[in-house]
Order: sequence, then C-alpha cells, then structure tokens
Amino acid sequence: MDFINHQLFIKDINVHIDPILPKKTAIITHGHADHARFGHDHVIATRQTIDIMKIRYGDKCAKKFTPLRYGQKYSIKNYDFTLYPAGHILGSAQVLIEKNNHRLVITGDYKVGKDETCKNFKLVKCDTLITEATFGLPIFQHPDPKDEIQKLIRSVKINKNNCHIVGAYALGKAQRVMNLLRQQKYNETIYIHGSLEKLCQYYSKEKINIGKFEKVSSKDKNFYEGKIIIAPPSALKDRWSRRFPNPIICMASGWMTVKQRAKQQGIELPLVISDHSDWNELIDTIKKSKAKNILITHGQEDALVYYCKKQNLVSKPLSIQGRSDEEIE
Amino acid sequence: MKKFSSLLHNLILTPSRNTKIKLLQDYFKILDINRSYALAILSDQLSFQFIKASKLRELVYEKVDQHLFDYSYDYVGDLAETISLIWPTKKESKSQNLSTLIENIKIIRKSEINAKFSKILSELNNNERWTLIKICTGGLRIGVSERLVKTALADLYNKSINEIEEIWHGLEFPYENLFQWLKNETSKPKIDFKKLFHPMMLANPIDDEKDFKRLDANEFQAEYKWDGIRVQLMVSSKSVSLYSRTGDNISSAFPEIIETTKGDAVIDGELLVGRNFKPSSFNDLQQRLNRKKASKDLQKKFPVFIRAYDILFYKGKDLRKLFLYKRRKYLEKFQKENQTNQIDLSSIIKFKTWKELTKYKNNLHDDLNEGVMIKLKNSEYLPGRKRGYWYKWKKNPKLVDAILMYAQRGHGKRSSYYSDYTFGIWKENELVPIGKAYSGYTDKELLVLDKFIRNNTTNKFGPVREIKKEIVLEVAFDDVFPSNRHKSGVAMRFPRIHRIRWDKLIKDVISINDFKKEFKL
Repeated sequence: MDFINHQLFIKDINVHIDPILPKKTAIITHGHADHARFGHDHVIATRQTIDIMKIRYGDKCAKKFTPLRYGQKYSIKNYDFTLYPAGHILGSAQVLIEKNNHRLVITGDYKVGKDETCKNFKLVKCDTLITEATFGLPIFQHPDPKDEIQKLIRSVKINKNNCHIVGAYALGKAQRVMNLLRQQKYNETIYIHGSLEKLCQYYSKEKINIGKFEKVSSKDKNFYEGKIIIAPPSALKDRWSRRFPNPIICMASGWMTVKQRAKQQGIELPLVISDHSDWNELIDTIKKSKAKNILITHGQEDALVYYCKKQNLVSKPLSIQGRSDEEIE
Repeated sequence: MKKFSSLLHNLILTPSRNTKIKLLQDYFKILDINRSYALAILSDQLSFQFIKASKLRELVYEKVDQHLFDYSYDYVGDLAETISLIWPTKKESKSQNLSTLIENIKIIRKSEINAKFSKILSELNNNERWTLIKICTGGLRIGVSERLVKTALADLYNKSINEIEEIWHGLEFPYENLFQWLKNETSKPKIDFKKLFHPMMLANPIDDEKDFKRLDANEFQAEYKWDGIRVQLMVSSKSVSLYSRTGDNISSAFPEIIETTKGDAVIDGELLVGRNFKPSSFNDLQQRLNRKKASKDLQKKFPVFIRAYDILFYKGKDLRKLFLYKRRKYLEKFQKENQTNQIDLSSIIKFKTWKELTKYKNNLHDDLNEGVMIKLKNSEYLPGRKRGYWYKWKKNPKLVDAILMYAQRGHGKRSSYYSDYTFGIWKENELVPIGKAYSGYTDKELLVLDKFIRNNTTNKFGPVREIKKEIVLEVAFDDVFPSNRHKSGVAMRFPRIHRIRWDKLIKDVISINDFKKEFKL
C-alpha cells in the first residue's frame, strides 16, 4: 500500500488517479468534473469515460487517450491496472492496482444497486480498499428508486396545471431519471435544459433507453403545463426556471433523504435517487472485499472509519485536496 | 397516520402560504375523529410529558451504536429526523390510525415505555416515525402557525377568522362544537370569557428614522420596557391565576401573587423580581423561572411583583374595545384596591416631541430597562402583533469586537451550515472564549463564514471545529454579568453577530481586563 499516497499518486511510475491538476499520466474513474479534468498528457479510462470527457472538454482535452475495456489489464513497469464496473454512471470504473501480489482497489464513486444506464457494480476482492463515503452515515438508506419515481409520476398526474422541474446532475443522474421514468411507463416527451442535450444524445447513441426528449425552447408559457423538465440543480435557483408555469421544484439526489436539506434548498418534491452506495452497501462492500486495510475518502469519513475500526480493520480517512464534502454527486 | 404524516411532510416543504392552506383544507375535509387529533397537534395542544428528547435518545441507543448515532445527529441537526432515519425499519410497516396510535401511546405505563414505544416506532415508516417524534417532543416547526390553521378552517367554511380567534382558547379536544358550528349545524360555541387566557397585544419594532416622520408624537404615550417576563393575571372572587405570554398556567410557581391579589379583573403586566417595587437583575428573575413550585426560602430571597401595563376586563366588563387611556383609569382603580407588595403600575413617560423621547431613551441607564414602549393613546386591546398601535424601541445594544475561535453546525433551518460561533478576546497572549452566538448575521454573511470555516479548520473536536484565528466579529449583546462558570469570568446575555469586521485585525481586539473595565465587572 505504501506505493500510493493520500493524493492517489504513484510516485514510482508518475501515475495519478483522478487528479485535479494537469498531470503526465491520469487514470480517470468516471466523467464527473471532480474526477475528470482538462489538460493531462495521457488519459487512461474506459472508452465511454473518454467519450464523455471529449464531449465536455473537447477532443483535445488530453494529448493521448488509452481506452480500456472492463477487465482488460494494462501494465506500467511492475504495476498492473484493471478497470471494473462501478455502477455509478455510464463508463464509470473502479481501478484495481496489482503490485507484487498486493491488490489495491480504488472504488471511485460507486453504487451497488441496479441501474439500466450503466454496467452494474462488480465486487473485486483485494487487500487494500480505498472507498468513497459520500453517504457514509447510517441515516442514509436509499429507498427503491422505482417508488421515488412513482412519486413524481403521481404528482404530475394530480397537478395538471403545474410543470415539474427536476434538478438532476447533467451527467448520469439526469439520464437515470429519464430511464427510470421510461421503466415506469412514462412515455411523454421529456424536456431538458440545454446543458443536458449533448450528454443525452450520447446516452441515446450508446443505446441507453431514455426515450424521447427535447430541448426547452421559448414556447408559449402554458405549453409546459403538465410536463416534466429536467435541469441541472444550479438552474433551479436561476432565473431560467421562472419562465415556467407554476413550477413544482423537484430534486433527484441522495441528499434528499434529509428533509431539512430539501427545505433549505427550496425543494418541494424531494426524490431520493442516488448514484452512490448507501450506508449498508458501503459496509457490505467493505466486508465482502475481504480487505484488511480500508482508506476512506469523499464525504462522511468519520462514521465509516469508526465502523471499520470496530470490525478490527485498519482504517483511516484520506483527505484528497480540492474536494469538500457535500459538493459532490 | 400515513395521511397525516404526508400532510406534515408536504407542509414543511412547500414555501407557498396558499399551498399550505390548501393542503390543510384538503386534510380537514375528512370527517372522522382523526381531524380532531390533527387540530390538537397542529395547534400544539397535544404532547406526551413522559417522552422527552432524553428518553428518545435512550431508546435509540438501544437500537443503534451510540457513536454512529451521534455522528448522524451532528450531520442532520434535528433529533426527530435523525431518529426516524436511523431507526431499523421493518420491511412491512403497519398502517395505523392517527387517533388509535395516540390513544395507544396515552395508556402506556411509565414502566413499559421503553419496550412499548420502541415497538411502535419500529412499526411505522420513516415519515410516520418523524411525525410521531415531532408530536411527542412538541413544537412541530413546520412553518405552520396557529393562525394559518385558523385561516384554513375559516376559508374552508366561510367563517371570519376573528370569530374563530375569539372562541379559540375556550375550545377543548375533540372540538366537536367547533366543527359543528363551522358546518352551520349548531350555533357558535359558548365560552366563558372571564376564565380564559386572552391572547396578548404585542408591539412591533419602531424604525425611528421612518416612523417618527410619519407619526404624530401627540397621539402616543410611552412606558418603560421592563426586562422581566410578560404575564396575564386573572383575578376573580373564586380564583386567581397567572399565565405566561404563551398561555401556560404558571400560578403555582408564584404563590405570593396568587395569595395576595383580590378583585375581579384581567391584568396584563410584567413579572419582575425585586423588593419595594425596585426591580433587580434578570439573573435574579431566572432563579424563579422554570420551576413548578417556589419554596418559602426562595420567595424571601427573590420576591416577585407585577408591574401592570394594561387591563382587559374589570368587574365582568370587557374593556378591550376601549381606548388605552380609558383602560388606564380602570387599571388605576384596580391597583387602588390592591395595595399590596405585589402589584404596582407601569409609569407613563410624558413627552411632546419625538426628539424629547429620543433624549429620554438615550439616557436610559438602568439595565432593567430594555428600552421604551410607544403606544397609541387611542388603541384598543388587540390580540397579536397588529401594525400601527404599539411599538417597541430597544436600547442600543452593547458591542464588542471578538475573534472567531470555534464553529459548530446549526440546527433546524440552519443545519449543515456552520452557524454557531464561539468567539473570544485576549488574555495576555492567549485567546479566551467569552460567548457563543448563532444569530444576527445576514444570509450572505452566513455563507461567507460557512465557507471560511470549511476552508480554514485547524482542528476538530467531535462536531466542533477550531478555526484559524483571522476573523473579527462585532458582537452585540444585551448585557454581561460576572460568572464563575466560564473561564473568561463573564457571561453575556443574548449575544448575536452584529457584523463581520473585515477592516479589523485580530491584534486590534481588546483584552479581557479592558473588557471587564469597560463594562464595570
């Protein structure tokens, strides 16, 4: 484990995992902006993560790209790297690093639950596990996303004169919400904020069922009555959302578990739909990985470190610079 | 229970007053007994004495690791919500009537609380659990005032809200007479007004720059604003009772008042501690508060009296429609009949111009005066905080610059933000905390401080973060006392953040010795 530092940097071979600043070689777990950045010399990631980076930052966002299939081994000197599905968003991966018979897994952001918009999480046994902890408190026990999406569908049926604006992260969550709506037989056109368009098109191209969607345009105000609109959370508070008729502000996020959070953000219909593991999934994964050494990052580390120590596992928090709690999804 | 808990869930999340009213009306359209329970809960008239926060903690520690609970509570900032989320849930929750559930809880014997109440919590779903805990601990804090509930009922049945207000305090569970009258099935419930607590008339803060230009000084009179607790005293030939501002009966804690007062009247006044009508500090008054009974010893050491402001009823006559200056005559009559050590009159400050009053206010030195009250001579006694009749004008607060030392996450609507601040001043080369504040700042200042704290934490002690010493806060406070409970030797009354002093450096902050000198401690 000594070969990697708290910044997820392997000095020996000058390789970083999800670095914030431009680096020589960067292994990228997935396309979210707090993991995938512009300006590396060499990016190693799944094909879909590379595609997403190009959509967001342009074709020249790195000098060189090496796409890896899930399960395909890639070696640099005596280090072997393998990507496994993380079930977080399209293209997301965990990184297995093997050196001298020591297996280290960096989960990246992951969820265990089923999701039609990406390949589902695969458990990888290891000696050292670096796990995320976005929802690392026992209060987070995510409900069935189908029930949550039903709440939205029911509200649309009851409130015919309102439009529903659903706040969802542009990459991953937005498309997951669309896919969940389709699974529940909601077949109307879904309207999207302009910033979601390219990513939605990409998901469609990758054969993810998100159904028919259309960019919001300056149509007659009343046109959007009874419709579902998906927008990034930042647009909810923006003037952008005020053009719609009697909007009911919804938000799809694991944070919506806590009513007071929803209230603070002015969310009227919270939908607890998360792309991260909840508490039980986090501790279950730690157990099943058989790792004896657990490093915890990204979120509510304290409770999870405490839990691991109680299970006689070596555990400590990893503080990765540039990331503060509650800003990630 | 499911229906009622989703009502509360929706109420807490909707910002719109009209939507809240509609949600309430939809609920009150149900015709069974559950609506009576709902009304009792929404107007804060139902609570279980034996299930307190400490009991709930005890129960949850039986189910969940204490440390994991504490981490979670620190994050959520709301006890009811933390417990409802962390409580191990059964797959199938049992649906129960609100009324059945409440009645089942009422009959739990003290010795079986742990087992029985735990079982009930386990049978509910998250949201129902949250609702039940909120009911038990009292104070729903869901952004619904009693007034809003009355408005919803009034609109639903085409009655005027004033009619409901009038009989409100005389209604009793299960409110059948109220509901029947609302539906025009019977006449308005008859209430014995003299026996009731009457909602008090409250004042709005004055804006001396704007309001003094607008208002005519000759139409107003002023009185001191005393720093005690506001009370309503009900005197009749049969009994004497004392109520707090919120309508709680506090008679048993102040026997000297109950035993000595005579006549037939309802009086509005300020309860103060002191001998010969000379009030002593609020600290002394606190010795008498939050007690069910007062021993002879305590009565001797900290005697109380009422400084009467106003009179609502006199010898069966409702005076509330009379103007203030006319009510005063009745008040003086009542006081003449009660020449005891327990009742005196609030004196009237005479002034001709606002300038004169301003001078008066700026020269208030007695710490027991919070400021002055400015009352329209021609004001009826109107319940609530109606605009345009009574104003309060507080003394300027005391100020000190202090250094932000520690921060903690807030509760309720400020949970997740670092909004509770401990600040300190110099003691030689060290900093010593002098107080803690969690209000006063603007929303914008809160965001700035929250961000600074997250980026400048030097140490963590459980939920408390130690902060890089860089920010100077101007702290306003009402008063400061010597205290041997605090390291600094001082205790502040109602400290709040006045503003952030970006222009000051931490070395500009004064020492504890100078602070004590300045405030004569």
